[in-house]
Amino acid sequence: MTESVVVTGLGIVAPTGLGVDRYWAATLSGRNGIRRVSRFDPSRYPVRLAGEITDFVPSAHLPSRLLPQTDRMTQLALVATDWAFADSGVEPGSMPSFDMGVVTASTSGGFDFGQHQLENLWSRGPAQVSAYHSFAWFYAVNTGQISIRNGMRGPGGVLVTEQAGGLDVVGQARRLARRGTPLVVTGGVDMPLCPWAWVAQLTSRRMTPCDDPAAAYLPFDVKASGFVPGEGGAILIVERAADARRRAARVYGEIAGYGATFDPAPSASAEPALRRAVEIALADAAVAPADVDAVFADGAGLGELDLIEAQAIASVFGPHRIPVTVPKTMTGRLYSGGAALDLATALLALRHQVVPPTINVTDQQSDCPIDLVIGQPRAAPLRCVVVLARGLGGFNAAVVLRTGRSAGK
Amino acid sequence: MTPDELIAIFRASAGEPESGVLDGEAMDVSFGELGYDSIQLLEIAGGIERKLAIALPENIFAETRTLRELLLAIEAAAAAR
Repeated sequence: MTESVVVTGLGIVAPTGLGVDRYWAATLSGRNGIRRVSRFDPSRYPVRLAGEITDFVPSAHLPSRLLPQTDRMTQLALVATDWAFADSGVEPGSMPSFDMGVVTASTSGGFDFGQHQLENLWSRGPAQVSAYHSFAWFYAVNTGQISIRNGMRGPGGVLVTEQAGGLDVVGQARRLARRGTPLVVTGGVDMPLCPWAWVAQLTSRRMTPCDDPAAAYLPFDVKASGFVPGEGGAILIVERAADARRRAARVYGEIAGYGATFDPAPSASAEPALRRAVEIALADAAVAPADVDAVFADGAGLGELDLIEAQAIASVFGPHRIPVTVPKTMTGRLYSGGAALDLATALLALRHQVVPPTINVTDQQSDCPIDLVIGQPRAAPLRCVVVLARGLGGFNAAVVLRTGRSAGK
Repeated sequence: MTPDELIAIFRASAGEPESGVLDGEAMDVSFGELGYDSIQLLEIAGGIERKLAIALPENIFAETRTLRELLLAIEAAAAAR
């Protein structure tokens, strides 16, 4: 199955901006969306920074009946989906319900909603637990609520591969489209900013204890000390290129290639598998390394992990050969939303012919032989971009995005 | 419990109905017509029980179809306490 599948709509909910236009403008200006956590008091915890969305008012975008039954992550995902549909020009009610599918990524589910229900249970008893908790916390609830709100009865699912999820779902969405579902809503939105989610994340030992938003999350920097988490993500509308052409849709780009691998056990002496994921994606796209114009890196923000990624990029594309960037330095790592937002950002880069910057990094590790786009965005002829993502536990994923003759234009 | 108090619990637990408006005239419209689904009704029942510290019969929504009928059933459950 090699039918061309493309992205025709984007909905973005990010700490640096709600909506494509605001997010892209903020991204080009290098705005730092990382700040001290305000959703709860972080002072008792070793990690105190996050990328927060400060201007989202759910009641302004959603009917009141949805508010009591949705975690904030679902509210963000529903609104992002509304915006993605509007961006694509598709009115959900205009398509047969079985022709539309949904596959989203999730990492932490509705932690905030769940924490409140646990509080009710412990402090007031089982009768105080909300009936909505039967679904509001569950990883698949974004998929569920999106499909209900938009009347989508095609294939539905959720993938949970931590920060790689945003790419894995796009691979799955493409699979579904090729198997005969004309339109698939995909992407991911997470909201891991509550005490319960916070202590769960702390167990990864990968978050930075640094309190300075300008110096905390520094992928590929000698001072890298971990990452900053954030909330938000992106929803993408995926269609078969032939269908997009038929309705004269404006196409962002083609999902030309996808690859996923799993790292060997830490005790094994085998090589980490990120490089292999990139090679699989390139082969899938029938694209040579020399044809790739930029790489959107995963950017773990920890020395050893950054080194592995830099070496993977350098060994595939050549040292310092192509621009590499980590725009999530502006938002933090958004878990299932992270790679989805990277894909959206990469598609915007392809549309506007500019690589967005990596911010706050000032002192790149000398043994990371990559051409990191630091500080300022870089205009460049872009037709093919690779996006990388890695999830805690060993998940690796790579997607090749392409514009041009195969992209339905 | 007054109709307004019941309406307030509906609104707090499940928001405005999908079809129609939660006002005096909604008291005689069926829950189905208003667009409330079974989980929303479960949450509403929980809200009523918490507010009045009573237990409603498990099949309350099989026995009542409208807010007015529900109000009568609530009175009966409160009296039986």
